[in-house]
Amino acid sequence: MCLAIPGKVVETYDQGGLRMARVQFGGIVREACLEYLPETQAGEYVLVHVGFAITRVDEVEAERTYQALKELDQLNELDAPLVDEVEAAESPVSRFIKGSKYDEIP
Amino acid sequence: MKYLDEYRDGEVAAKIVAEMRRIQTQPWVLMEVCGGQTHSIVKNGLDQLLPQGVELVHGPGCPVCVTPLEMIDKAHAIARLPNVIFCSFGDMLRVPGSNGDLFTIKSEGGEVRIVYSPLDCLKIARANPDKQIVFFAIGFETTAPANAMLAWRAREERMTNVSLLVSHVLVPPALEAILASPENRVQGFLGPGHVCAVMGYSEYMPISARYKVPIVVTGFEPLDILHGTLMTIKQLEEGRAVVENQYSRVLDQAGNLPAQKLIGKVFGVTDRKWRGIGTIPKSGYRLREEFSAHDAEKLFDVAEIATLEPEICISGQILRGIKKPHDCPAFGTLCSPQHPLGATMVSAEGACAAYYAYGRHLKPQGADPLQQIALVAASAAPVNAGRA
Repeated sequence: MCLAIPGKVVETYDQGGLRMARVQFGGIVREACLEYLPETQAGEYVLVHVGFAITRVDEVEAERTYQALKELDQLNELDAPLVDEVEAAESPVSRFIKGSKYDEIP
Repeated sequence: MKYLDEYRDGEVAAKIVAEMRRIQTQPWVLMEVCGGQTHSIVKNGLDQLLPQGVELVHGPGCPVCVTPLEMIDKAHAIARLPNVIFCSFGDMLRVPGSNGDLFTIKSEGGEVRIVYSPLDCLKIARANPDKQIVFFAIGFETTAPANAMLAWRAREERMTNVSLLVSHVLVPPALEAILASPENRVQGFLGPGHVCAVMGYSEYMPISARYKVPIVVTGFEPLDILHGTLMTIKQLEEGRAVVENQYSRVLDQAGNLPAQKLIGKVFGVTDRKWRGIGTIPKSGYRLREEFSAHDAEKLFDVAEIATLEPEICISGQILRGIKKPHDCPAFGTLCSPQHPLGATMVSAEGACAAYYAYGRHLKPQGADPLQQIALVAASAAPVNAGRA
C-alpha cells in the first residue's frame, strides 16, 4: 500500500491549478501530481505514490549508500577471524555467530 | 530500472550479511514496520539469509489489513446505494466484509471503480454530476497527502458530489502500543521509509529514547532491508538506541513540509480501531469540521455495524510481532487469500498472505525441526486414540 516507485520526470505542466508531471517508470509513462514538490524539474527522479510525487531521489546519496555497501567486505578483511572463532567456541551464544543457518546444510 | 536494480545486487547482499555475522554476538528480534517491507522480505527470502538468531517479525504496517471490519461493512453499505459511484484503490476490492467484497457488489450492479490516484475521483465527479462519488480514503501517512488533496480540491471547487470515507491510520502510536505491551518481543525496528518520506522522522525520536529501542528508517529493496537490519543490529550490539536513516537517498529528518501542511489543514488526529489489535488512542486521521460537506460518514447514515471476527485467527498477535503465520493452525488450510479469516491474510502485504503467496504454506521453511516433529506427533495422536 505504501509502495512508491522511482520515476524520471519527463515534463511538468499546470492542469486546472494543479502542478502536474509526466513521469517515466521504465517503459511506462504516467501522470503524477507535483503539488508537494513544486520546484521539481524535468530530468529529476521522484518517488510516486498513488499518483503523487512525495519525495525526490537524491542521486548523490543513492550513489554514496550503494558504494558504502559495496565496500563492506573491505572491513571484513581487517578482521582476524581466528580470534572470533576461538571466542565463538567458548561463548554460550556461539551458535548465533556461526553464520547463516544454511552453513550447516551439506 | 534506475534506483531499483542496483538495490537488488546479490553480491552486495552477501557482503551485508557477512558484516552482520561479523558483529553479531547474541540473538535479536527486529520488526519491519511496513507491509511493503514484509512483502519484499518474504518474496526475496531475506529472513532466511540472515544469521541465525536474527529474527524478523512482521509489523502492523499494512493499512488494508488493519482497516476494521466495521469500516469495510460501512463502505460496502454505501457502495450498494443506487446513486453512488464508490471509488477505491485496487487492493481494497477483494477484502471481504461480513457479506461479500466490493467485487461482489460490482457484480450485483453496484458501481465500484478502481482509481490510480484520489484525484481521479474529481474527473469521475465532473462526468457524473447526478451521482455521489465516494472515495474510500485508507492508508498510512504515506497516502495522506494524496487523500488530503482530494478533500481540499473538492472543497475549493465547491463540488457537491464528492466525499471521502476516511479510515486513516498512523504509525508512531502503533509502535508505542507494541512496545508498551507486556508481551512485546521487539528489540529494534526497521522504520517505515515512505511514511517518513512524508512525515520525516522526528516523531520517532522520543519513542526510541523512551523504550530504548533503535529505530532505523529503512527502504523497501532487498539491499535497503538488509542494510537497515545491519544498522539496527549494530546499534543493539553497541548498546545504543537512536533513530537512524538508512533511506537517505529518499528522505531527511524533516520530510515533505508542503505535504505535512496540507495534511494538517484537512485532517485532525482521532482514536482509531485497528483490525486485529483494537482501538489505539490518537492513532488515526479524520476529516476536520471544515470538510464535513465531504465526509461520507456524516453524509451517509450508515447504522453502527457490529461484527465478529473468527476466534481461531491470531492476526492480532502477528501484527504485534508476537506470533508468525506458521503458529496458526488455520494458516494455509482454513485460511487462505481466497478465504481469509483475518487481517493479515486479506491484503498481499499482510504477513500471512505474503507467506502464502511465496509458497511457505507448502513446506515449513525455517521452522524449528523439533517443533515440526511435535506437530506431526500431535496430529497423529487422535488417530491412534481412535484405534485404541
